[in-house]
Amino acid sequence: MTVSEQTRFDINDVWQWLDAVPDPEIPVVSVIDLGIVRDVRFEDEQLVVTITPTYSGCPAMQVIEDNILEALRENGVDDARLDVQLSPAWTTDWMSERGKENLRGYGIAPPGESAGTQVIDISRITRSGRNVLPQTCPHCGSKHTERVSEFGSTPCKALHRCLDCAEPFDYFKPF
Amino acid sequence: MTLDEARYEYLLQLGDSDLILGQRLAALCGHGPALEEDIAMSNVALDLIGQARFWLSYAAEIKGADADEDTLAFLRDAPAYRNVLLVEQPNGDYGHTIVRQCFYDVWHFFVLQALMQSTDTRIADIAAKSIKEVQYHVERSGDWVVRLGDGTEESHRRTQAAVDKLWRYTGELFRSSEAEQALVEAGIAVDVATLYEPWRAHMQALFEEATLELPGDQPMQCGGKHGEHTEHLGYVLAEMQHLQRSYPGARW
Repeated sequence: MTVSEQTRFDINDVWQWLDAVPDPEIPVVSVIDLGIVRDVRFEDEQLVVTITPTYSGCPAMQVIEDNILEALRENGVDDARLDVQLSPAWTTDWMSERGKENLRGYGIAPPGESAGTQVIDISRITRSGRNVLPQTCPHCGSKHTERVSEFGSTPCKALHRCLDCAEPFDYFKPF
Repeated sequence: MTLDEARYEYLLQLGDSDLILGQRLAALCGHGPALEEDIAMSNVALDLIGQARFWLSYAAEIKGADADEDTLAFLRDAPAYRNVLLVEQPNGDYGHTIVRQCFYDVWHFFVLQALMQSTDTRIADIAAKSIKEVQYHVERSGDWVVRLGDGTEESHRRTQAAVDKLWRYTGELFRSSEAEQALVEAGIAVDVATLYEPWRAHMQALFEEATLELPGDQPMQCGGKHGEHTEHLGYVLAEMQHLQRSYPGARW
């Protein structure tokens, strides 16, 4: 492909292609739903996609990077680069409403609002100063639930349990 | 020492401490006392190793030449490591694992909170990213300290023994290396001495709830930030670096 052909790509098309790239662990949400893709632009002939990591050590990030480049190649973009940006740090507040709905349908309670960028008060996270809000069960809709563990099957999830239908469920942590 | 030399040393201090503690915890994967806790511990290990990559990548850029995060992690011997002594201490029983973690997590939190204001924006960015994860670490290890301390007679005895044994490694957390001092003046690093009071106050409150006692004043063991380590680090590195040492440049 020549340089002039590549520059004809419409940025809106690129966003749509990326919206077809699923999260490898939670395939009902795309990398766009998650808010991982922060920017798409051309630098001369090169397509530059800026992404931000979810959790520092999330093993899915490498797969996501590979899958994004693969999706671009499949759509004919041969000259692409991924930039990783740490700031502002990723937050679940960037997750799309559609993504949250899809999570619920998949059996994962979507995240509530995060603390955002405000400075965290460490006394809040001592045992006595904490208040764990019950999450709505994605299976039966009951609010009569409890947290089993702050850490679940992936870094982004906590493990909860419904006290009505007795099913365990993942809760996507506000972050 | 130039500012960049000091910065390199400091990034190793931060990255190596995360890396070695992450490696210690990763060795427990599959051995947790309950499935949920096994998963939690492995998640914390992943966070720490991920954060270590940010610090060591930055360190490698300053070092230049062929350095990258992998050569720094896998091709340095113990005297070139700059982690604090606390994190290289053995996992021991679960009381030791948890007390070591709690001492580190709370210190880690205060360090990152201060570094969010660093004049080095890359350091500030890594700190802002990491602290979101570390607040979950603080919560978890604190919960366990209370659960074990205020648990059975046996769990209380063992946890108090861990506190008494590991306390001597906490002094180093609040003592600046030469590199840190140089960077504090430039607004790049945090003066760790100022973090002792808030750290101790947090421990005091937590330990009261856990019915544990904070040890009194005693001599502290230091040296990790200068590469003078306890014998334990060599064993950690032998395992962690085995593959790259035996098969240099191996990839998969």
